Amino acid sequence: MRVRLNLPINALLKGGKMGVPKTRKEMPLTPISYPTLGSMGKTGSWRTFRPIIDYSKCTKCTLCWVYCPDAAITRRADDSLEIDYDYCKGCGICANECPVKAITMQREEE
Amino acid sequence: MAQIIIDTANHIAGYAAKTARVKVVAAYPITPQTTIVEKIAEFVESGEMEAEYIRVESEHSAMAACIGAAAAGVRTFTATSAHGLALMHEALHWASGARLPIVMAVVNRAMGAPWSIWPDLSDSLSQRDTGWIQFYCADNQEVFDTIIQAYRLCEDERVFLPAMVCLEGFILSHTYMPVKIHDQEEVDAFLPPYKSGWILDVNNPFSHANLVSPEWYMEFRYMIQEAMENAKRLIPEIDKEYGRHFGLQYGGLIDKYRCEDAELIICTMGTMGCEAKIAVDNLRREGLKVGAARIRVYRPFPVEEVRKLAEQASIIATIDRHISFGMEGFLASEIKASLYHMKDKPLLAGFIAGLGGRDVTFKTIEGIAKKSLKWMRAGRVEEETVWVDLRG
Amino acid sequence: MVTIKEFPKEEYLLKGHAACAGCGPSIALRLLFKALGNKVIMVVPACCTTVIQGPYPFTSFAVPLQNMLFEATGATCSGIVAALKMRGLDDITVVGWAGDGGTVDIGLQALSGAAERETNFIYICYDNEAYGNTGLQRSGATPYGAWTTTTPTGKKERKKNMPLIMAAHKIPYVATACPSYPVDFVNKLRKAKEIKGTKYIHVLAPCPTGWRYDTSKTVEIGRLAVQTGIWVLYEIENGRFRLNPPSDRLIDKSKRKPVKEYLAMQDRFRHLTEADIEKIQTWVDEDWEYYSKLASNECV
Repeated sequence: MRVRLNLPINALLKGGKMGVPKTRKEMPLTPISYPTLGSMGKTGSWRTFRPIIDYSKCTKCTLCWVYCPDAAITRRADDSLEIDYDYCKGCGICANECPVKAITMQREEE
Repeated sequence: MAQIIIDTANHIAGYAAKTARVKVVAAYPITPQTTIVEKIAEFVESGEMEAEYIRVESEHSAMAACIGAAAAGVRTFTATSAHGLALMHEALHWASGARLPIVMAVVNRAMGAPWSIWPDLSDSLSQRDTGWIQFYCADNQEVFDTIIQAYRLCEDERVFLPAMVCLEGFILSHTYMPVKIHDQEEVDAFLPPYKSGWILDVNNPFSHANLVSPEWYMEFRYMIQEAMENAKRLIPEIDKEYGRHFGLQYGGLIDKYRCEDAELIICTMGTMGCEAKIAVDNLRREGLKVGAARIRVYRPFPVEEVRKLAEQASIIATIDRHISFGMEGFLASEIKASLYHMKDKPLLAGFIAGLGGRDVTFKTIEGIAKKSLKWMRAGRVEEETVWVDLRG
Repeated sequence: MVTIKEFPKEEYLLKGHAACAGCGPSIALRLLFKALGNKVIMVVPACCTTVIQGPYPFTSFAVPLQNMLFEATGATCSGIVAALKMRGLDDITVVGWAGDGGTVDIGLQALSGAAERETNFIYICYDNEAYGNTGLQRSGATPYGAWTTTTPTGKKERKKNMPLIMAAHKIPYVATACPSYPVDFVNKLRKAKEIKGTKYIHVLAPCPTGWRYDTSKTVEIGRLAVQTGIWVLYEIENGRFRLNPPSDRLIDKSKRKPVKEYLAMQDRFRHLTEADIEKIQTWVDEDWEYYSKLASNECV
């Protein structure tokens, strides 16, 4: 079910293996795009509100991790959760779904 | 074992797909192509041909299936005509942009409205901008040989473009001729296993053809143009090599007949080229210096070869089995465009003939030749485009 | 039966992609990969997912993905499956992943053809009930009364019932799903993977941009869709219809929340009159009469 990729996912840089071509010769013969972390850049800049986890309330149910459309919540080996603010778009689904209301949405300071 | 069989060009196209070891065939029927896919169905179901045969539900899906199969790493084939080709138009663009070496047989047939099942070249010629290499065949043997040559050409890393091998409906598709089917092993030696420029692979994941901004798009298109230029160079080389292997070749980009000292060169495509040769022989017997040039490859257009032909000729007569409404026949336009930058150009007379399957015989062509020679002697072409044999 | 804790941690939809905040289809995509892993080849026609990948030379997807023409998903998958078969690669799952427009409208023919040919692949329609990519025009899957840019006073026609259309093809597996029920969706995908033939899964994918609600409500609205019965979770496996939890408990009308609650949460239904809402409620109830007959095998 799983194929081991040659590069671990979190080591994939912008442009993946090929990087961004500088000359025509570096371009593939047809548009081939490699897996890239942050293909649209740091989408965290889209946010107006940011989710904050109150770890004293968090029961590590991992529902926020399942429901995040952006995979911006990291689930650690011990099921603790951490929000990646570089990529979190601030949609608020995690806060809405948290069964113990451990996540609150706070306005981003400018 | 090589064998000589007597069969229709459609069936021969089926033999070619089998001999080329095609692995996936997408099949949808349309007159006059239908017997190609029927023949392949026989081959596949009898086990003679090892391939997956996808009975698609439209021509658009036929090309889509070929694109999928080629991207997933196998040699593919399909065939169509007229409206089927028109229906897959957007998929033709996709295939060339994806640089997939698909080969398709196009059995030329007139476009509607109204319905016509008879041959002319409107269908394939109106796809000339899609980035597909285009071959036009004059007999059944050429159909077989060109399909094999096409795979060899398209899968060359300097090309990686799809190709259509065109043959006129009924004139070739349903006409029996003797054809040499070459020995499988010899063809295998000439045509190596399938190769393409990229492949869908779980060990090397990527997105193919996602959004390309203006910053990059032009370069991808330029690369297709470069590949076409490479094809122009490679086609005569491959043809010669084919000749060495199998004793058969077709003159590369243009099949020239008695052009060396010709004052008038009659330019045609497809089976009209055969009739033109007979006309040339007859006219030569009358002492007229006439030659025939059958444009075998329409895309890439053999610009340099056409200029060479024009160097010694005084007039070129083009016979188009096609009309671009609001302008003229494509062959006429493109030959004129090829010659534009030449200092000394021959006269150019454009003729439209044979639309919707109207017969074009050597007699017709002799008439065209005589008219052209008259204009040549007068020093000017009286009518730039003449519709031949038109009801008054 | 898997639990959320057992979902693999690997992500094959990488963060930093181009989807809208709160995108329902993105949740469905992550669940797709939780279910199937990365030994898949995806075919994606023109749809929101085309853009979610991001622009060349980058993509947010870490699986082989062929972008393809709008109407051609089913046929392209047939081609890929045939090629893989000829190459002896029978352990790769071919997935057609298309929006509702590319399935029920322009893609219907190719999908129907692939199903009739019994192409061995999984086709998933993620349904945000409009042509999302081009700015939310109506599709055949847009429900009655919904605002879209081409139905500004509300769609006058009913939603096309695509899962039942696919069931009529007698393919071995048809299912509906919703990302608000992640375990159900993942189980269905894993089951589909083990079945030979054409498998069709229709997943409701709430879209804050198109349905006009606050981005945080995507999962809640999906849940409400099921709880009101306007979206039904079921499977049709070899012709046998089965309701899945919690839909299986909703045959009793009193257990279904009124459809009004679901409609009230979305501004695309803001202009509905009482009469419209009643009409919608009646249709939901009528559909449930039919589903309950299917569930008890009184009809097919």
